[in-house]
Parts: sequence; structure tokens; C-alpha cells
Amino acid sequence: MATVKIPPVLRASVGGEREIQASGATVGEVLRTLAAEHPQTESQLFSEGELNRYVNVYLNDEDVRVLDGLDTPVGEGDTLVILPAMAGG
Amino acid sequence: MSPSGADVLKQIKARIEEVDPADVREGLGNGVVLVDVREPEEFEAGHIPGALHVPRSYLESRIEGAVPDRDAHVVLYCASGNRSAWGAHTLQELLGYENVESMRGGIALWKDRGYDVEVPRALTREQRERYSRHLLIPEVGVEGQQKLLDAKILLLGAGGLGSPAALYLAAAGVGTLGIVDDDEVDLSNLQRQVLHTTDRVGVAKVDSAQETINAINPDVEVVKHQLRLDASNIMDVLPGYDVVIDGLDNFPTRYLLNDASVRLRIPVVSAAILGFDGQLSVFAPYEGPCYRCLFREPPPAELAPSCGANGVLGVLPGTMGLLQATEAVKLVIGKGDPLIGRLLLYDALAATFTEVKVHRDPECPICSRDPESISDEEMGVFPDYEAFCAAAG
Repeated sequence: MATVKIPPVLRASVGGEREIQASGATVGEVLRTLAAEHPQTESQLFSEGELNRYVNVYLNDEDVRVLDGLDTPVGEGDTLVILPAMAGG
Repeated sequence: MSPSGADVLKQIKARIEEVDPADVREGLGNGVVLVDVREPEEFEAGHIPGALHVPRSYLESRIEGAVPDRDAHVVLYCASGNRSAWGAHTLQELLGYENVESMRGGIALWKDRGYDVEVPRALTREQRERYSRHLLIPEVGVEGQQKLLDAKILLLGAGGLGSPAALYLAAAGVGTLGIVDDDEVDLSNLQRQVLHTTDRVGVAKVDSAQETINAINPDVEVVKHQLRLDASNIMDVLPGYDVVIDGLDNFPTRYLLNDASVRLRIPVVSAAILGFDGQLSVFAPYEGPCYRCLFREPPPAELAPSCGANGVLGVLPGTMGLLQATEAVKLVIGKGDPLIGRLLLYDALAATFTEVKVHRDPECPICSRDPESISDEEMGVFPDYEAFCAAAG
């Protein structure tokens, strides 16, 4: 199981949780598990099967864009950080 | 019979290495750390360029801060080479510095040879007192304080983030603080926007900010830009500033700021807040990633709530705005590791800081190009810009 850190804008879609445990062997699988268990997150994370361009995902501290994207392998105890931009000042 | 001071000095000089000014001059820039051990007023009257200043009376307690590496090649100098000999002996025998020398003949011989001497502009008596706690830390010192006094920092917004940043940058003696804000103080601002006060509700934020800043520190010149930043004015406002502090409350202006700052090569200390969460990074054009490298496009309006609509813990912008002020000071004095290529995430409820890496995007529509090639028309534009702005109202 990996830990997924949920950003503030998505917390309402996961019952207010700040972290979710989700299974999957890759970044894509973990996020799809999350979306299956919390369907409201689906459209916020994906469009046409791809990760939305405005959502950044980090495996531990590394941007998955510089790894293998959704195909990046996820190990036990890894943390995924979902990060949309915020603009509040 | 006890030996005379002159005898002891002779013995000390026999036990340390002395070096000629010509060799010191050659070694500068090749890893030699030069330390002036004279009194502050002697240092200020003129010193060797690049020399650190640790007065002999504080040598034991402050040398580690100035020169942490015990293996560094350290050369001490004073007026004529005596105090530096004592100092070198102390560093070598008591503090374990392995490679210490004393410059023979001191700065007097250096000057006789016609070598360069730097005369720093002096701080006034009041400034010495006001900034005394800065002067005590080697990373700032007189040189760093002068840089702060010479610095021009632009605050975008005198709101939640801009308020705490402005207070501390003013206190730190940043010479020029520009403030961009077209808003007036509202009662609902006062829960977090600590520049402003209850009796100034209805007053322009730039005026309120100026009053507070000048009450803290009359050294600071406040430049008021009472306007809403947009594509038509940003290239008039930004030039001349050394650092921009981004406390903007909307995406279109953040992208516009990014593009203009890349074009002008001005570093931006950027923070964003919502609820109990904050984000912080430093975007240094061409040195690290830009805002577009991090966020290729903004989220749709329903996923981009503002603090006005969704609320924010009043203390949170205090924390984030002060981290911004800290990064800005570091950029000005050129010390430490700025938050370039890193994004810091602060979760106030969990009391955790998380850091993720930010990379330059080789296909970034802005910073992968020459700054000269970025046109006025493309600044601040992103896909679906008009739809975004329409949806955002």
C-alpha cells in the first residue's frame, strides 16, 4: 500500500481525509484505485485516461513527469503527493 | 623574570607561519580565506577586498561562524602583523585550524605595495544600533546590511502574504519596498493582513502599508503602485527591482508575473495559501525552473478556490509570508541555499513541511527561450485563458 497525500481542494471528495492508503504497482494504478474508491476524484485527476495537465504528482519527492509518468513503479511505503496549483495570497 | 610582551610575540611568531602580502594577493580567489582581525572602526576605514571581519577580541567565539572548515587555508591580518600573529597562534594551538598564516607587515605593508583597499560606506551611528543584531552574524555583517539597504524589493499585494513580509523586510532595513495593490483596507482583511489597522478601514492599502512601514523604520523608502497588475503595466512596474515577492491572489496574474520576470531576469519568491496549506518556492530565471515549469496550466476555476471564497487560517499567511521574506533576504545578501528548484509544502494542521523537486521544463513555453524573444502579446497567456477568466469571473 502507498500513502497518497490529498491536497485541500480534493479533500471534500475523499470524505475530508488528508491521507489515503491505496494499492497499486504503479503511480497510475494507485491513482486509479483512489479514483475507484472515491469516484468524485476521477474527473479532477484524469481526463481521457491521462493525468490532467494541471495536476502534479510526486513519488516521494520526485515529479513523476521526470520518472515514467503513470507507469512509474510504486513500492511499499512510498508516498504519492497530489499537487494542484494554488493561487491564494 | 617573566618574559616581556615583545619576547613572547617573538616566540609566537617563531611558532606560526607568516606570509608576505604579495603571496596573499596571489592566493585570493584561489581558496584563501582572508580574515581581518582589527577593530570595527579600523576595518571600516579600509580593508582588503574580500576579507572577512572577525575582531581579535571575538576571534575565539566567532571564527567558527565565519570559517567553519578547520582545514581551510586561513590568512589573518591586522594593522602591522602583530595582532594577527597572536590570532594565528590561537587558531592553530587552541582551535585546531590546520592551515593558518599571519600576513607579515599587516595592511600597512599591503598599502605600501600599492595593492587595492576597499573603503566600505559607513553605517550611521543609529543604523549601527538598529541593525546591531545583523552586524553580529557573519553571514550578514556590515556588507550584508549595506546590500539590504541598497536592495529594492517589490511586494505584489499588501494582503495576507505581503503584510508579514513587508513588516520584517522593513525592520531588516531593505532600502526600497515597492508595493502593488489597488485595494482598500476591509474589516475582513484584519484577521491576517497585519500591516493594516482597524482605524484604517477604507484607506488605500498602499497608504496604510506606507504608514506602518515608516513607523517601523524611516530608512525604508516606500514606492506605492496603486494599481492592478496587468499586461499593460507590468513591464513599467517591475524593472529596477532586485526581487519580487509574489502574494497574488489569482492565476492569470501569477502567469503574467512569471513571464515578465523571466523576460526581465528578476527572481520571484512565490507563495500561495489556502485553508491550512501553503506552498513556497523561488523562481530564479534561467538558474532554476519558472512557475510555468512547475504548473504548466492553472486548474479549472472550481478547483482553484480563493481565500476570499474558501477561507484561510489567519496565522498561515504569517508563516508563509515570513518564509518569503527570509528567502528574499537570502537572495539579497547572497547567502545560504535559496529554495530554487524545490517546492516547500506546509500543512499547518499536521504541522509538517514536505519538500518536492521542481525541474526546468526543456519545453517550457517561456523559460526555454531567450528572454528577448518573449513578446508582449504572449505574456500571461495560457491555453483556455479567456475561458478561465470568464469562469473565474
